[in-house]
Amino acid sequence: MSTKTLPDLVPDAKLKLPKEVERTLPSGLTVIAIRRTSVPLVEVRLRVPFSKAPLPRATLLSQSLFTGTGTMSSVDIAAELQKVGGGLSAGLDPDRLLVTGNALAGGLDRMLEILAAVLTDPAYPKQEVVTERDRLVDHLQVALQQPAHLARTALLKRMYGSHPYAVQTPEPEQIRAVRPAGLRSLHADRVSPTGAVLVLVGDINPEKAIDAAEKALGSWTGPGRDENLPAAPALEPGPLLLVDRPGSVQSSLRMALPAVPRTDPSYAPLQLANLIFGGYFSSRWVENIREDKGYTYGPHTSIEHYLAGSALMVAAEVATEVTGPSLLETLYELGRIASLPPREEELEQARRYALGTLRLGMSTQAGLAGLASMYASFGLRLEHLREHSAALAGATLDQVAAAAAEFMAPSRAVTVVLGDAARIQAPLAALTTIEPA
Amino acid sequence: MARSRKIPATKYPVERFTLENGLRVVLTPDRSAPVVGVAVVYDVGIRSEPEGRTGFAHLFEHLMFQGSENLEKLAHFRHVQGAGGTFNGSTHLDYTDYFEVLPAGALERALFLEADRMRGPRLTEENLLNQIDVVKEEIRVNVLNRPYGGFPWLKLPPVMFETFPNAHDGYGSFGDLESATVDDAKAFFDRYYAAGNATLAVAGDFDVAQATAMIQRHFGDVPARPAPKLPDFDEPGLTAERRDTYTDRLAPIGGVASAWRVPDPIGDFADYLPFVVLAEVLTDGEASRLVERLVQRDRSVTSIGGYIGFMGDEFGVRNPTALLLQAHMPPGGDSEKVLRTVDEELDRLVHDGLTPGELERTQARIATHLLRDTDAVLGRALPMAVLELQRGNPGLLNDLPKLIGEVTEAQIVTAAATLRPDQRATVEVLPGAAA
Repeated sequence: MSTKTLPDLVPDAKLKLPKEVERTLPSGLTVIAIRRTSVPLVEVRLRVPFSKAPLPRATLLSQSLFTGTGTMSSVDIAAELQKVGGGLSAGLDPDRLLVTGNALAGGLDRMLEILAAVLTDPAYPKQEVVTERDRLVDHLQVALQQPAHLARTALLKRMYGSHPYAVQTPEPEQIRAVRPAGLRSLHADRVSPTGAVLVLVGDINPEKAIDAAEKALGSWTGPGRDENLPAAPALEPGPLLLVDRPGSVQSSLRMALPAVPRTDPSYAPLQLANLIFGGYFSSRWVENIREDKGYTYGPHTSIEHYLAGSALMVAAEVATEVTGPSLLETLYELGRIASLPPREEELEQARRYALGTLRLGMSTQAGLAGLASMYASFGLRLEHLREHSAALAGATLDQVAAAAAEFMAPSRAVTVVLGDAARIQAPLAALTTIEPA
Repeated sequence: MARSRKIPATKYPVERFTLENGLRVVLTPDRSAPVVGVAVVYDVGIRSEPEGRTGFAHLFEHLMFQGSENLEKLAHFRHVQGAGGTFNGSTHLDYTDYFEVLPAGALERALFLEADRMRGPRLTEENLLNQIDVVKEEIRVNVLNRPYGGFPWLKLPPVMFETFPNAHDGYGSFGDLESATVDDAKAFFDRYYAAGNATLAVAGDFDVAQATAMIQRHFGDVPARPAPKLPDFDEPGLTAERRDTYTDRLAPIGGVASAWRVPDPIGDFADYLPFVVLAEVLTDGEASRLVERLVQRDRSVTSIGGYIGFMGDEFGVRNPTALLLQAHMPPGGDSEKVLRTVDEELDRLVHDGLTPGELERTQARIATHLLRDTDAVLGRALPMAVLELQRGNPGLLNDLPKLIGEVTEAQIVTAAATLRPDQRATVEVLPGAAA
């Protein structure tokens, strides 16, 4: 067997950012358009500030946004969009209402007209809303059987206490109580262009696309509302919260650690420390509990950002019989990264991954649209990627070690485990203090 | 009726050649973003795994990441991610794929990594036992510990098919997985992972001459081994309706899924394509026939979807395969009634045809989905590698939107007329959890 050597990497060309053309309309709606002609399509993202909206009504509103206008039924809306190869859907996060869609590039004007009708002339017809309500209730009932959902629900409560972020999914009974009139009033009150951002990316002329958006959405006006949430509270570490799920063949291990927003000087070093710990496959934690020990399939960690706070989230589904050992290894790896500086080659590998995947994320229309829209909702533009790339490229071993020491110490973690308590309580209690849910 | 809107197409260039060892190569350059996608696809999947070794094709896919001739365990992952890239692999009924997406400057590294494991993975007892554990956790996450696990992709084939290759559980039983040996893995590699049984596709930002030289350099000395004869997995279609029911202890509401055999996706492509469009006419969005009827009007289901191939890979599956419909029902839902209504809607389609504009708008939306997928380098590299492997025609990817747009109403009606109750296999999942 002859030994072959790994080919060298050709250094990346300078980061090339696409041009964002931007205009803020008199209504307060900001429109950002980016030309990328790779395929003859256009991607649409609209984010509307929605903090403090009552969760059950807001959730059903997002589910019912396309149920009808003064002149179109839900079927008409869907059929008219299909004619231009289009589709639109809506979702909700704790900060915003989010509309996502795409169409053949030539269909942009028509898609914007339909979007405008939905925003300015919503009907929320009774029968359609009731149908959506029942569907949502069934969907929530299914979610209540999903271990990942149950574990996240318990973790958010434990992390955020009385802050609105603590509850991000409504109860089925709360949804059953929502009436179409409640959706109409919430829409009138909160589906407003003030502070909203529309992003258009694709095979388009940006100026003309913004003109089309202005023409279609110029009549979308509404009261501005300043609904900034208070800052999320600092995490309060405490006993491990054990949530019983009798008969569960796996345990859902979840931890939350503090983090900083994207614009913080510590963010790039923390992102790198997170990668080294567990944020990608070639991390210490994944190599340990999956590739060495076989305890789990897809362990992962990530930094989640909301407008009022950021957190580093740790998640793994582990076999019930190795729940204790899995927590042991997790505490060990967190303790190791918080206490000892990583090796230089670990940092370089994580750095190249962060810089490389940033380019991969911008290589499609959909990727660009998602990135531009997400950044814009935090008041940033794609130009920020240049600064962030430089911060990733320049982060030193000392800075990464300092970020890990500050944010990733296991003593700072909020921990939840969902699983078969009868089988996992004792092994977990051997390692830490436990509080039953 | 005249088309109201022309369906656009892509013109990705396609270069094809075959190395002396039999490896078929597809290059599709596009320099609009500084990234490349590399895909290697082997002509072996779930249908080829031996009896008593259910789940083996997938387990073997995991073993292909455990080190190779010049690479230690963990090295593959580190070299891809340390180049700023991402990777994965997946096991299908008829093929197994391995792929990377990377910044353009890492192309040669990815080719090196793929060539190295094509020469031979490091098959050790330790790695095998480790990956059996990992695969069991994967099955627990995706099947055993969640509601509707394996519904319907693992639950419907045993109802519809008679023969082991088509009917068995492709994730595998724990017993079979635990029985797997290093010798099994060696034999599987020797038999199926020959260069002549594989295709390589590269998409994205590269120079064709340079990439060709790199491919020669790294894959040229992979030894030639005979490729196995392509098996024929065909079996007779149904002559009477088949039905099965099971209870899912984690499911709070019921569900039902039905499947009908469709023409050979490769041998009878012209007759097959209308079924691809039909599935969308029936279930794509609120304006589709079955969503409008069952969800909006009757409210007898809360969701319904339709697609071809048990893994949803309509242009990556061979004969025999099926068109599937799957629905979830509200509490107290009646699967008999749902199936009767589906039959009624199919009859209506067969007798009354489509409504004006119904076909054109469905075709336009399918075109958007197809074009959107090809915008990603991997959305070109992977399907082109599979199309080369199964059809010798990677350029079909460029033609699909147009071909979909040429399907006629008469073809849709003919296709719908074959979806008869006595040709149907159905599985119903009963709720075993309190809602």
